Order: sequence, then structure tokens, then C-alpha cells
Amino acid sequence: MKKQLLAILLLASPVLAFASGGGVHLDKANIDPTNKESLQRGAKTFVNYCMGCHSAEYQRYNRLGRDLGISDEDIIANLMFAGEKTGDPMTIAMTKNMGKKWFGAPPPDLTLVARVRGTDWLYTYLRTFYRDDSRPFGVNNEVFNKVGMPNVLWQLQGLQEPVYKTTVDENGHEHQVLEGVELEQAGSQTPAEFDRTVRDLVNFLAYMGEPIKQERKSLGIKVLLFLFVFFIIAYLLKKEYWKDIH
Amino acid sequence: MGMLISFRDWIDARFPLTKMWEEHLSKYYAPKNFNFWYFFGSLALLVLVLQIITGIFLTMNYKPDATMAFASVEYIMRDVDWGWLIRYMHSTGASAFFIVVYLHMFRAMLYGSYKGPRELLWIFGMMIYLALMAEAFFGYLLPWGQMSYWGAQVIISLFGAIPVIGDDLSLWIRGDFVISDVTLNRFFALHVIAVPFVLAILVVVHILALHEVGSNNPDGIEIKKNKDENGIPKDGIPFHPYYTVKDIVGVVVFLAFFSFVMFFAPEGGGYFLEAPNFEPANPLKTPEHIAPVWYFTPYYAMLRAVTIDIGPLSAKFLGVIVMGSAVVILFFLPWLDRSPVKSIRYRGPISKIMLALFVVAFVVLGWLGTQAPTDTKTTMAQVGTIAYFAFFLLMPFYSKIDSTKPVPDRVTG
Repeated sequence: MKKQLLAILLLASPVLAFASGGGVHLDKANIDPTNKESLQRGAKTFVNYCMGCHSAEYQRYNRLGRDLGISDEDIIANLMFAGEKTGDPMTIAMTKNMGKKWFGAPPPDLTLVARVRGTDWLYTYLRTFYRDDSRPFGVNNEVFNKVGMPNVLWQLQGLQEPVYKTTVDENGHEHQVLEGVELEQAGSQTPAEFDRTVRDLVNFLAYMGEPIKQERKSLGIKVLLFLFVFFIIAYLLKKEYWKDIH
Repeated sequence: MGMLISFRDWIDARFPLTKMWEEHLSKYYAPKNFNFWYFFGSLALLVLVLQIITGIFLTMNYKPDATMAFASVEYIMRDVDWGWLIRYMHSTGASAFFIVVYLHMFRAMLYGSYKGPRELLWIFGMMIYLALMAEAFFGYLLPWGQMSYWGAQVIISLFGAIPVIGDDLSLWIRGDFVISDVTLNRFFALHVIAVPFVLAILVVVHILALHEVGSNNPDGIEIKKNKDENGIPKDGIPFHPYYTVKDIVGVVVFLAFFSFVMFFAPEGGGYFLEAPNFEPANPLKTPEHIAPVWYFTPYYAMLRAVTIDIGPLSAKFLGVIVMGSAVVILFFLPWLDRSPVKSIRYRGPISKIMLALFVVAFVVLGWLGTQAPTDTKTTMAQVGTIAYFAFFLLMPFYSKIDSTKPVPDRVTG
């Protein structure tokens, strides 16, 4: 039985890979991980818009505060709403079972989502929801077809309509292919403002995926400088020892 | 000073300390003409030590439990002091180990180091390579990410392709009907105790065999044939201090490359740490594209290159046979090579072209193994597989008929 199952999986994997890699254009996120204000705004958007359904269970509030330059008092006042302690991880009250019942699949934990999906994908995904009345929440997504998530940022972004183009396949059949989306009804932010909101959010998600990233790079420069100096010493030592070998 | 000497003498009367030091370091005579390719043996030893030490520290916080494993890795990455550094060292070290070992093996192929009297040395080395592949495979399940889970699923299912006993065998390996907590626990045991223990013994045996026969060199000359009046090879120099100080330079350069990856690109462009592995293992959700880690992909490509059934034997089973043979055939290299000379320097054009083709085939197969198969890519993998095997199977003929250049009596620097 399992053998057949696996055979199907193996057979299907290239098809799935093809389906997912269908040449979807991703917009560049262009995040700046050293911009603390951007990260702080992103954290605020995350807590206000994402954490209703998504946890960040490997991220602690006080670590976030330390890395983003937010004091414990400010964290409690601005980012924590359920009376947790600052050392707690960013969990949510909604259980996986509830999530599954309401959305079809439990909303995934987002601590590492930037490392799984990549920042460009997230930046594009969060900006390309469009109206699709056939979907349970009335929206579909350009890079995540049949997405189970509603467009939680719609009040900021406004409503987008899909733009289709007609293509003809080799058998002469016409197909409607999604070409892009266009803003139909404005939201509370201009498109430029909204792009910045999403960029900040993606910046924050990228930070959360690997909080140590900036420190890792700065330590790396020191280590490489040390190795460079050590190389000169090691090389001279070798030369000194080897000068009598011909 | 006098006290230190008498302490040494006290030990020497009870344990062969000075004797061992001299045999393996200060009076082990290595050829003086080692070049770039001779750094990778000592580097492999360095990476082994690095993996063992970082591994010990990782086990202090890692939880081999299907419900906790993924979170414990993130705990190490976030909450353990310097845990991120230790984890990245270990994950980068795994790939570095294979890079170093592949270059070390290539050196042996370049200079005929596997040829007599070093056949056993080569066999022990191949056993290290096998143990290393097992170690890497078991270790890759431990982070319990999506690729850990599904990669192991695909590999274990290969055993299921063996006729008659296949299903029972894969059940026995997993210890369950699917990869589960049971599998994770036993893989942990194998990864941290059984295989490292075997690896350490094999490395000792490999080095003992090397020091018995003596090192080969880029000219493929036996330096022991030319000794001075004291019985010391004329082209030999004591390993210590000459090669210890030289290897320090190699170690520093290696560590610079290693650090560059570890500090600036620990994911290794998605090849060392694969993106789907940052998502916890989910038995109900198959990733879009399952590919083993890069160091296994040449063999994986050969597995997938077999697309036809022969009689009752399925293409998958035949693929497993091809994949297994691709590794096993390396063991026979000392007996496939009939060339009268060892080093590529004194071999003719056919040997050079075949070795170059082999390298191209191995690298292209490695790339193909990371890709989702298409018709063109499958054809490429088939050509690559044929080239890979042709290198070995035709070797008894082309190595014999190929022209050679005269080998000098003494090493050429």
C-alpha cells in the first residue's frame, strides 16, 4: 500500500513543482534589517493584524524588545494585550483545532515563515489579494492560488480586482489567465504607504526568522580579520621552517 | 626541565608515548613534494573533531522527541548562549565534511594513491565515506523539518523497492509504519553514538594503514625505494614539524572559507540548509519538491535515471541497484586500474580525458539531483550515469593501452 502511495508522491512531485514554479513574478521586498523604526512598525502591524490567528511561538517578547530597541514598558503598553509576561513567547489563544475548523487548515506559526518562503514572496503575497467571490473569504491571491486566508490588511490597502488576459492554447481553446491585479476601491493608505507597511512587516518577519542575523554578520567580520592576521603569521612560520627543504 | 624529562621517562617505561610520537609525527617521513591536494586529509580530521565537539554541545539542548525536536533546535538558535553559532558550525560542518572528503578522494584518483600497496588504505577510506553518508543521513532527520522528514521517507522507501523483503525491511528500519517518533529516537542513537564510534575507529585504522605503507605523492613515486645511510627516505621529511606547520596554513585558509559561509550564508544558498526545513515535519503535507541534500544528489540523479522495468524488476528497484553500484564500484578502483604508473602526471591523454569526463559527470549529476525531473534532464542524467560507470568499467582497458611518460626516480618538487 505504502509503496503505491510513495510511487504516486514521486510521480506527482515534479508536477507539483511545475505547478508552483509557474513563472510567477515576485516583487522585490528591498527590506532594510538595520532600520529599527521599520522593524518596530512591522512588529506593531504583526501584533495588530497577524497575531489574531498566527502565533510566533519561538519568539519571546523581551528578545524582540531588546533587539528592536523597545523598552519592557513600551512592549507591555503597545505589543502585549493579554497580560502575558515579557519573557513569554508570542503565542496565541486560538488552538490548532479551532484554526482547522474555521480556515480548513490551521494558520501556520510565523516565526520562521521568512526563511521558508523568502522575503520577496511574502512581500508579493501580502499585496496581491484580489476579489474572488468563489472563495470562502471572497479573496484569492496571485502567488498563492486558493489561499485559505482572508485579506486582513484590506482596510489599509483597499479592494483589488483581478485583471485577466485571454490566451489561446495549441488546440485553439481560449483560457482566461490572471495577469495582475488593480486597485478598485481605495483603502485608508495610499498604494505607496501600503507598500511601506508591508515592507516593514516583511522586514519584521525576516528579523523574527533569525534574530541573530545582524550580530552573526558583525562577528563574522571580526573572525575573518583575525584569520587574515593569523594567516600571515602561519605563512611566515611555514616559510621559516621550510627554508632548508629543497 | 629535568623533572619533565624524568616524568616522560616514567611514562615511556609504562606506555609507548615517545615511541608513538616518533612513529606518527616526528619520525614519520612524508614526501617533501605534497601540493594543494594534500591539505584535505588533515582538514577532514579537523572537520570530524569540529563535528564531534559541536555535536556534544548540541545534544545538551536538543530533544530527540517528535513533538519537541523542531522547537528544541529553535531554542538552541535563540535562547542558548552561542547556540546559534554551535548549530551553524555543525550544519556548515556537515557540508564542509563532504566537500573536503570529495576533494580528498579526488586527490587519490589524480595521483593513483589507491594503487598498491595502498589498496587497503583506500578500502578503509571508502568505509569512512560510507559511514559518513550514514551519519549525514541519520543526522538530517534530527531537526525534524519538512525536508528532514520527507527526505528520510524517500530514502527509506528505496529499501521497499527490494523484491520480497522490501516492505518488511523498510518497516524494520523505521520501526513504525511511517517515519515517527520511534524512527527519530533510533536515528538519534545511531547519529550520536553508533556511527561516530565506527567513524572514529575507521579513521584510526585509516591513519595506521597510511603510516604503515607511507604517503603517496604527486609523482606517484615510492620514496621508500630511495633511502640514505640512516634508512631515511631521501625525498622524505618528518611530518612534524614540516607538515604540521604547513597544515596550519591550510587550516587557516579553510577556516576562512568555512567562516565566510557560516557567518554570511549559513543556508549555503539553500543547499546546506534547505528552506522547507524551517517548517516543522508534517506527515500530511508533502513538500512540492523533495531533493536530498547536495552531497547525495549525484546518486539520487542516477536512481532517477533508471526509467524502464526489466521483466519482474521495477525501474525503481533497478534504480536502487544502480545507485548502490555507483558507490560500491569505488571500492574496486585499485583493481580496475591497470596503468603501470600511478600519477596523472605520467599518464597518457585517455586517462586524463576519462578523469575529466568523470568529474563533469559527477558534478552534472549532482546538479540534476537537485532539480525536478523533466524529459531533457532525465536524458541528461542517463548520459551522466553511463559516463560515470564507463569511467570505472572501461578502466581496465583504457588504463592499460594508454601511453605513459617515464617516471623519474626522485620526486620533482
